[in-house]
Amino acid sequence: MTEELKKQTENVDDLYEEVSEWHINVGGIKIVAKRLAGRFRTLKWMGMSIWSVLFLGPYFRWNDSQAILFDLPNRQFNIFEITIYPQDIWMLSLTLLFFAILLAAVTSIAGRVFCGYFCFQTVWTDIFTWLEGKLEGNTPQKAMKFNNAPWSANKFGRKGFKHTLWLLIGLLTGISFVAWFTDAFGLWTNLFSLQISVTAAIIIAAFTFGTYTFAGFMREQVCFWLCPYARLQGVMYDQDTLLPSYDAERGEPRGRIKKGQDNSAKGSCVDCNVCVAVCPTGIDIRKGQQEGCITCGMCIDACDSIMDKVKQPRGLIRYASYKELHHNAASIPLYKRFRVIIYAAILLSALSGIVYGFMHLSPTEFKVVHERQPLFVRLSDGSIQNKYTIKLLNKTKQTLDISFGIKGLDGATLHGLKLMTVEPGKVVPVTALVRVPEDKLKEGVTPIIFTGEVLSDSNITLHYKSMFMAPK
Amino acid sequence: MAENKNNPSQVGDTGHVWDGIRELDNPCPRWWLNSLWLSGLIVIVYFILYPSLPLINDSTKGLLGWTQIKEFKEDLAKVEAIRAPFETQLAAMSAEEILADQEMLNYAVGSSKVLYGDNCAACHGTGGAPAEAAGYPNLTDDDWLFGGSVNEIQMSIANGRAGTMMAHANLLNETEVDQLVQFVVDSSNGTANEAGLALFNAKGCFACHGADAKGIKAMGSANLTDKIWRFSGDEEQIRHTILHGVNDASDPETRIAVMPQWSEKVAIMLQVRADAIADEEDLNDIDWSDELEGDEAERLTETEIKKLAVYVYQFGGGQ
Repeated sequence: MTEELKKQTENVDDLYEEVSEWHINVGGIKIVAKRLAGRFRTLKWMGMSIWSVLFLGPYFRWNDSQAILFDLPNRQFNIFEITIYPQDIWMLSLTLLFFAILLAAVTSIAGRVFCGYFCFQTVWTDIFTWLEGKLEGNTPQKAMKFNNAPWSANKFGRKGFKHTLWLLIGLLTGISFVAWFTDAFGLWTNLFSLQISVTAAIIIAAFTFGTYTFAGFMREQVCFWLCPYARLQGVMYDQDTLLPSYDAERGEPRGRIKKGQDNSAKGSCVDCNVCVAVCPTGIDIRKGQQEGCITCGMCIDACDSIMDKVKQPRGLIRYASYKELHHNAASIPLYKRFRVIIYAAILLSALSGIVYGFMHLSPTEFKVVHERQPLFVRLSDGSIQNKYTIKLLNKTKQTLDISFGIKGLDGATLHGLKLMTVEPGKVVPVTALVRVPEDKLKEGVTPIIFTGEVLSDSNITLHYKSMFMAPK
Repeated sequence: MAENKNNPSQVGDTGHVWDGIRELDNPCPRWWLNSLWLSGLIVIVYFILYPSLPLINDSTKGLLGWTQIKEFKEDLAKVEAIRAPFETQLAAMSAEEILADQEMLNYAVGSSKVLYGDNCAACHGTGGAPAEAAGYPNLTDDDWLFGGSVNEIQMSIANGRAGTMMAHANLLNETEVDQLVQFVVDSSNGTANEAGLALFNAKGCFACHGADAKGIKAMGSANLTDKIWRFSGDEEQIRHTILHGVNDASDPETRIAVMPQWSEKVAIMLQVRADAIADEEDLNDIDWSDELEGDEAERLTETEIKKLAVYVYQFGGGQ
């Protein structure tokens, strides 16, 4: 081996050394996280409780019908008083934009808040592990003891009960999801009389299986290796982002405090490993920022409780920005951060769009389609006739009677169009013929305006600009 | 030892070493492997349930007995089931009743689009307006040779039409033809003179086109006073029509203008009648109920013709 190659090999060995302590969690070891009460634990419970809306929401009634119903077969969303038709779907786009940007904005300010406190993967896993802890022991030691014990009626019963509960939660999740898209009470009736539709059954089965697998077995592996948001959000941090971090300057060198010894050279970290024990994804926060951290703050609660016991100030692990930890510098105030300003602007415009949409939901959708083939017809008296299809969608809850007219084109007469009656939620196409004497036409294409008058409600005005075609 | 240092987690290696870098043999995550086996299992289940393995003339059938054509037929049956109540109702309604009923009208128009495209559009154009040079009647204007009411349109489709105009090449001299061409052009512009009208009457044109030159519906003769031309308003083309006529078998250059019979019933009756005449049988002996029974629909059914009449009517020219 030449000198150069030898040197190279040594460098490679250094590389191995550097990562020798690094543990990559690929699910080989099941993580049993200890549960401790604390500020962030309370916050997490609060975030999780929002999901009760998923389970209870569909049963809320409004004016004798389901308050919120995403009625896909009838192509309409019923939200309290309002009915949204596919024509208003741009509002849905804005809503999605709003939440996507909200995710980015929150991540930029305080990290993966979504992951830690609200994400369904986190929430359902937390419930599942809570049940598991109750039945099989809530520390790694107790869990190992339980699992290594020989099979007994007690062990079998507990295991069976756990899996039954998991499946029931999964089933309830699936049923609750489907209940948003169909009559919720009818769904239960159909479930018990086994008359549920195949689509609903497949969705419920998929949810049950998905919930059972993802929250019961995959757990943090989803966050590590499946979830795109985990990686996506990671790149939205900057040096001002608040993240749960270990204050190494204060904590190191870590070491256990021994009675009767001089502990003044040691840092604040007593190396109790409680922060690792409570972590739901099994990482050691003291190693710095890493992909497994869902920023739930459980380690902060744990460390604070230990600091209280050893009579040291709290905050060895705390929400802190990179700047604060490494440069002792204060973070830039929110309103001066470029990203936050941009996010806020997008959020505001999306929100104003949605508000505008709800304020201006048109009670009708009025469209006039000019016949393409033929564009015009010469009649026996030499006048030119154009054919139009008028489409009117009634988005109100009453039947509408509408009379039509035209304006803006001298000499034009309307034929073949009578009074039109449109039932709620229906669209009726009607043919309209417009005739113009040839001497009144100067150009090949002339604008023409179709108007409609709702007989029962003078507040609704219909207006559509179209074209009248003639030979040049 | 260097080896231990390189391999802190003590996993085995594949024995491959490049420049001191050893390829470790870390196992794949178990959930990942499980997913792989599961997908393999799905393939096997699929092979058992669905047609999959190609044989020489066929393939394995699969336990579910699923085929594409079966699924297609089931979907088709679903569409037919939706249409059935409308079709039953349509069969019992007259064309005029359909026009008066907005819902039935929408159904008739919607479901006739393909029917029209398959049977009519080749001559009359997709939207009812053929290219002028093609020489077929425009169905969107208000000029109808045989009448523009929906019942008359229905009759025209069912029984077919073939109006005739005799060739005048041997009956008129060149000056007379010139004068008549001029008269027809002037009539359309509303500037016809007395001399032209006199010649029009003297040559017997009025017999078919009417004393006022506005055509006679019963004969399907053209209205010469309006702005619409059955063939063309070009003087040379008018001359050609006068000289060679329309559907005049004696003139090889005559204009052909035949609308076929679209009624299955009418077509069979005409065929049976023609056969009977050829065989020199007595027409009164034909048993029509027997002749018309059980024949496959080769053309259009009565309901289809009715729907087409409504469809053509709503092009905008119906009267």
